Amino acid sequence: MCGIAGIYTKTEALRSQLGDCLARMLGELSSRGPDSAGAAFYRDPAPEGWCKVSLYSPQVDAWPWIADALGARFEQARLAGVRATHAIVDVAAEAEEVSAWLLEAHPELTLMSAGRTIEIYKQAGLPSQFVRDFDLAGIEGSHALGHTRMATESRVTTEHSHPFSTGLDLCLVHNGSLSNHNRLRRTLTREGIRIQTDNDTEVAAGYLTWRMREGASLEQALEGCLEDLDGFYTFAVGTAEGFAVLRDPIACKPAVMAETDEWVAMASEYRAIAVLPGAEDAVTWEPEPGRVYSWGTAVVA
Amino acid sequence: MSASQTAAPPLHFDLRTDTVRALNSRLHDPDGAGRVQVSNPDGRHAIAVGIDAPYEVEIDGHVGYYCAGMNKQATVRVHGNCGVGVAENMMSGRVIVEGSASQAAGATARGGLLVVGGDASARCGISLKGANIVVRGSVGHMSAFMAQRGCLVVCGDAGEALGDSLYEARLYVRGEVASLGADCIAKEMRDEHLEQLRALLEAAEVDADPADFRRYGSARQLYNFKIDNVGVY
Repeated sequence: MCGIAGIYTKTEALRSQLGDCLARMLGELSSRGPDSAGAAFYRDPAPEGWCKVSLYSPQVDAWPWIADALGARFEQARLAGVRATHAIVDVAAEAEEVSAWLLEAHPELTLMSAGRTIEIYKQAGLPSQFVRDFDLAGIEGSHALGHTRMATESRVTTEHSHPFSTGLDLCLVHNGSLSNHNRLRRTLTREGIRIQTDNDTEVAAGYLTWRMREGASLEQALEGCLEDLDGFYTFAVGTAEGFAVLRDPIACKPAVMAETDEWVAMASEYRAIAVLPGAEDAVTWEPEPGRVYSWGTAVVA
Repeated sequence: MSASQTAAPPLHFDLRTDTVRALNSRLHDPDGAGRVQVSNPDGRHAIAVGIDAPYEVEIDGHVGYYCAGMNKQATVRVHGNCGVGVAENMMSGRVIVEGSASQAAGATARGGLLVVGGDASARCGISLKGANIVVRGSVGHMSAFMAQRGCLVVCGDAGEALGDSLYEARLYVRGEVASLGADCIAKEMRDEHLEQLRALLEAAEVDADPADFRRYGSARQLYNFKIDNVGVY
């Protein structure tokens, strides 16, 4: 079991409450996933020509020098924020270049995400602790995905937690388990996709990255999951513009969606939607198995 | 507690201040009866489960998993949607959902009537053992899987693999069936079936013509139906 949640705001007013909304959703989903929690926020875009990276290090005092090191390598960089064990750094360079350099020069750091708007935070431990440590309720933004984990396939660590980055400004959260991830991991590794853990969800994230690298749209890549992934899944995928949802054709894992004039939300269970403002008047429904739902212009060119 | 005066004003539980446990404990009074109103269910699980008394429970809002599970005697009405397993293993009484129901609605139910006003998703009436289920909308895939007794009435469409490995339950569908499961076949609608369906639609307060429905049932060709297999063990 795991819990997943997504919220997409339609009004300026709700953007200031985004973190608070997601924090409350994660609170309701804690019993579905008390091992670890994580969130991806889409917010505060880096300036034109700049990129934004989320970095994790268990050594909390590690941050000022990394911004300096990035500044030295790429002319300009600035520490945009620090939350618990994670830092957000804006760099005046292409995200791919920055990512490649970080992986090469600083393998002791974990690169959680890269892009212009995405920020990923995650931590092993109770979701309520995560919400407090990262001051989640204070985060503003346009949309966010969250996850509470009850591990079945691999270890309980921060690195094994969700969301997993699936490319620039893209991420994946997953409820379920995959059966063919070992074989698929070997295939993806041969294709040059970098997979950092033995986690099954990271393979699904790598699969999406690979399909989109080969020219598929996000929607096509998700539809490919129906053919190429064996197992149970409800996926939520975050993009710079919105988010998308897919359930496996057998619908082993739950999902509820809801929409009002102010927001669109998805969650493993309705109780995580009930905490949102105006939920009692929302249009709610259960997404059909094997069908891709997307919000925003959630198709990546 | 004296709770058997049906004329008494309804009991009220607000689940933002009262616990589900407090509500259910009250509903487990074997001598209980009368109206009970539940507000702000907010998708909580196991609301009004295990009742064995003629209560009339009204729930204002959406509920989580297993609402009205194991119900006996009571009438439970949900003014909203239900999560997984509403009225699972119901023994008798009525459960009325005004919105839609998630997966496994009425699973293994042995008696009583479950009415879903909207759609029911996958596995509706799975392993049905004698209850009747009437769905105004459509049902998802694998509905009535291994259903043994009782009826599933679907006023809309049915998803893939309807009635897979069916035993003796009767399925009535007005709309399209995406596909039939193993050993499930369309059957002739005789007078007795029209009569049964008319009574079920009436009980569910659904205005529909029984003549518009088709009946599906077991072809009785799977292993368990073969007399030669009886002595195998």
